[in-house]
Amino acid sequence: MAAIELRNIVKVFSDKRRSRDLLTLDNINLDIEANDFVCLLGPSGCGKSTLLNIIAGFEQATSGRTLVDGKQVERPGSDRGVVFQQPTLMPWLTAIDNIAFHLKLKGVARAERYDRAMEFIDLVGLRGFEHHHPSEMSGGMNQRVGIARALLMNPSVILMDEPFAALDAQTKLEMQEELVAIWQKRRCTIVFVTHSVDEALVLGNKIVVMTRRPGRIREAVNFDLPRPRDITSPEFNDAKRHILALIREESTRLAQAS
Amino acid sequence: MTSVTDVSPARPAFRLTRAFHGLERLVVPALLIVGWEAFARSGMLPPALLPAPSAVLHALGDWVFGFDETTQTYSGHWLRDALASALRVFGGFALASLLGILAGVAIGWSRLFEKTLEPTLQMLRPIPPVSWIPLAIIWFGIADKPAIFLVFLGAFFPVLMNSIHGVKTVDHNLVRAGAMMGANGRQMLTDIVLPAALPSIFAGLRIAVGSAWMLTVTAEMVAVKSGLGYVLWDSYYFLRYDIVLAAMISIGLLGYLSDLGLKAIMARTLRWQQTTTVQGRAG
Repeated sequence: MAAIELRNIVKVFSDKRRSRDLLTLDNINLDIEANDFVCLLGPSGCGKSTLLNIIAGFEQATSGRTLVDGKQVERPGSDRGVVFQQPTLMPWLTAIDNIAFHLKLKGVARAERYDRAMEFIDLVGLRGFEHHHPSEMSGGMNQRVGIARALLMNPSVILMDEPFAALDAQTKLEMQEELVAIWQKRRCTIVFVTHSVDEALVLGNKIVVMTRRPGRIREAVNFDLPRPRDITSPEFNDAKRHILALIREESTRLAQAS
Repeated sequence: MTSVTDVSPARPAFRLTRAFHGLERLVVPALLIVGWEAFARSGMLPPALLPAPSAVLHALGDWVFGFDETTQTYSGHWLRDALASALRVFGGFALASLLGILAGVAIGWSRLFEKTLEPTLQMLRPIPPVSWIPLAIIWFGIADKPAIFLVFLGAFFPVLMNSIHGVKTVDHNLVRAGAMMGANGRQMLTDIVLPAALPSIFAGLRIAVGSAWMLTVTAEMVAVKSGLGYVLWDSYYFLRYDIVLAAMISIGLLGYLSDLGLKAIMARTLRWQQTTTVQGRAG
């Protein structure tokens, strides 16, 4: 049984002001195995974030079935950790309180909350900043808190929606390396949405290339290049060429159609 | 590079300007008072119509400490008068804050309350609190109660409006994050929406405390026989404009102090926000 099963997912947004419907996701079928690191790759507006939100339970598919660990997704829940594009931390809580927020909601005592959160503070390299508020930390540090917060819930899957898009190039590289290290250490299932071919190839061991609206899966590419990945190696570039060709094919097709 | 080297030599100068910072604020009030004193002494207006600041200060001093009974029956009674007003302000403000926050959060959070409660409240809102005075007097008589009622009316709506706004503008993604971490409905309200709405609620409270002082004084002028507003209006009948001005100054001072107190509570409660607001640094 796959960790995540998407069956015939269709999502139609009704544009009430223009009284027409917008087909955003067109019959998505995808199986994601446990411990996979899957990158959903596609241009802006292809519905990749919508697909992630459907798995998270934030949005409902118009039709189709979404199963996580064999259970139908109906609402958001702590079995699916989400890392948002913006850190989306509670600004009135310190880093450690943000990370342990899930435990607080469950009524766990403060001492135990802090004890368990410290492990994740260390994991994301924020020791010394545990009592800082989000406004006192950089974007990269806040996003680390966001990742630690999702990991602490020990979810069966972690859903990430372009979490590094707002970071500078150097921080982004560091965060990508750290994320891979965390994934290798903790063996969890990650679905990572990105529009960057390089990011997808650095991170994923399965890259799902999506088409422009309406979103369909163009091809799911398995990519098992050993880590740490050398982004200048011939294998990396072969894969990159292949994926770029898929994307280019798509845009020529669109250009001819119009 | 230039920006880095520019900063360090500027530091001592920065300290110097800070020392002058306090004095800077006094320039305008000092000029106003000196000009007023000069104008009052010039004799262009009879002293009874425009008392000099020195005369006002004299009246205020006697009112507070009672040294030469220039303020006659008020001499030495300032504390009692101020306390009477302050209690009305506090009573009405506390009631308005409690109900304003409760109703505001309910309306902002639940469609049901928004549909059932909000239209009525929004219809009552444009009615000036002062226009309730006749009803307040026939309902509550002449004492503390009509004053507290008026203060409540004046303070309630700013708290209500800001609470609704605060709850409605909570970042949608914070609510999603809460749901993702397993918050139930009640936790969503107490652990996410309420703290997120606090800055806006405090903004409402600060407007409300100002309205509270305004309406206390108004009520005391017509419906109550004690407090700073009563002294102000009573002195007007006896042509004691020095006491009128002393009362105005007292009200201004106490209103300012109430706001300072509220600001201090806000700064403590919203400590997390301080580094992001412009105000926290500028002071």
